[in-house]
Amino acid sequence: MTTDPAPRAGLGETIVSLRDVTKSFGLLTVLNGISLDVARGETICIVGPSGSGKSTLIRCINALVPIDRGSIKVEGIEVNDPKLNKLALRRKVGIVFQSYNLFPHKTALQNIMMAPITVLKQDRAEVEARAHALLKKVRLAGKEDAYPGELSGGQQQRVAIARSLAMQPDIMLFDEVTAALDPETKKEVLFTIQGLAREGMTCLVVTHEMAFAREVSNHVYFTEGGVIVEHATPAAFFGHPQDPRTREFLSQIL
Amino acid sequence: MLRFRDAFAISPFIGASAGAVRDCRHTCRAALFVAAGVFVGSTALAAVTGSGHDSVFTILVRWAPLLLWGFLFNLVISVLSMAVGTAAGVPLGIMQLSPLRPLAWVAGLVIQFFRNAPWLVLLFMCVMLLPFEFHVFGVRVPFPDWVKSVIGFALPAMANVAEIVRGAVQSVPTGQWESSESLGFTRGQAMMQIILPQCIKRMLPPWMNLYSLIAMSTVNASVVGVNEMLTLTSQVHAAEGSRPELLAPLYSFALVCFFLYAYPIGKWTERLERKYQVKD
Repeated sequence: MTTDPAPRAGLGETIVSLRDVTKSFGLLTVLNGISLDVARGETICIVGPSGSGKSTLIRCINALVPIDRGSIKVEGIEVNDPKLNKLALRRKVGIVFQSYNLFPHKTALQNIMMAPITVLKQDRAEVEARAHALLKKVRLAGKEDAYPGELSGGQQQRVAIARSLAMQPDIMLFDEVTAALDPETKKEVLFTIQGLAREGMTCLVVTHEMAFAREVSNHVYFTEGGVIVEHATPAAFFGHPQDPRTREFLSQIL
Repeated sequence: MLRFRDAFAISPFIGASAGAVRDCRHTCRAALFVAAGVFVGSTALAAVTGSGHDSVFTILVRWAPLLLWGFLFNLVISVLSMAVGTAAGVPLGIMQLSPLRPLAWVAGLVIQFFRNAPWLVLLFMCVMLLPFEFHVFGVRVPFPDWVKSVIGFALPAMANVAEIVRGAVQSVPTGQWESSESLGFTRGQAMMQIILPQCIKRMLPPWMNLYSLIAMSTVNASVVGVNEMLTLTSQVHAAEGSRPELLAPLYSFALVCFFLYAYPIGKWTERLERKYQVKD
């Protein structure tokens, strides 16, 4: 089943474009013909029940998960291409995971500096200055020398965001980044993402935080069983959900 | 979490002392008591029964320097074997995890071959099959039996180190690979900078266990005539007229030396294991 993305006005050109993306793990079809467009500077939220393919969808975009069929274009790069230049793609796309995945043997600052120095061979002093600025941006100035084990979940997640930003991506993917956090620390992380969205970063956010989706996103996608059941502006999505499955999902979660 | 130690907890010294008694201090005292008891008891017995000859104390004092020299040789062989085994085993273990199938397959074959070969057979083959000297650019390089036996012990050490590396790498959560990959690290960069540094702590306890086993097995070199402690002990026994009552004190002396060396390593390993109970 294919859902045509709705045309949108007032935002930049299309930066991420999925067409009929299909992915199976063995007999289980996780994505069954997903199409969606994201414009530059836009924030979209992908919501839906567990196991609906949200995480797989977002991992396909930076080629962590190879797709079976369809097309994913990120700033003109075709992801579903055997000759894909993965580094070129990953310079454009940052991802933050539910489980933070910070490098436990490195300090917060080193976590942020590693990839630009190792992967992009950038100048250490310049990277370090940027890393300090990023830590300040995620409101963790003073935690430069803390190891991940010494930070709270919310702090670790914000270091993870800063680590991705250090690669200066054009697009940020967030995969249920607050799912493992308690309500208090959740807020800090959501606030950080909201700040990024306001600055014009293109964000794709898989989340169960409906309040966040309502307030921050430009567009909400509801997925179930590997298809996009419904997509709309947050006002329409939460105000007048069209599909009965969306209504049922919202009635259970709100 | 993986407990590598389980795979190696077959050392008679570590195993026997760690198994029965729960309380660590009791275990320590009991084990020391048994080892020292055999030594002192047999020495006393020999002293009583061996009238008309030199007393067993005199004999032990006379030969102790030589025997300890032999023991030192055992330790040198064990350290060198472990060094060579580690130097070869770490790359081999990484190769086994290579995404290049043929490379992984060859590494796996080598590892399985040497892991499933009796150590004594490997030792024999090394000593018998390797040449006793090399000629490099016209220079004669001698290749004595003890060097060959180092290689003989290094081979199983290598295979076991490779397995330790594989286990440790695989015990690192996949999220570490995912996040390095998404940051643009190549597989090699991720392995060297992110995965392996996290493995060192995990590898240390099983590696020390393996070292204990290798150290203990160096006495096998006596079978191929290396002048290590066991060889010297049997020669000392012969030199003292092969009196049967000297058997127990002389060989217990060797036992006590090995025990005093291996037991603290075992204890230290246990401490490290508790300390590094991986919490991710």
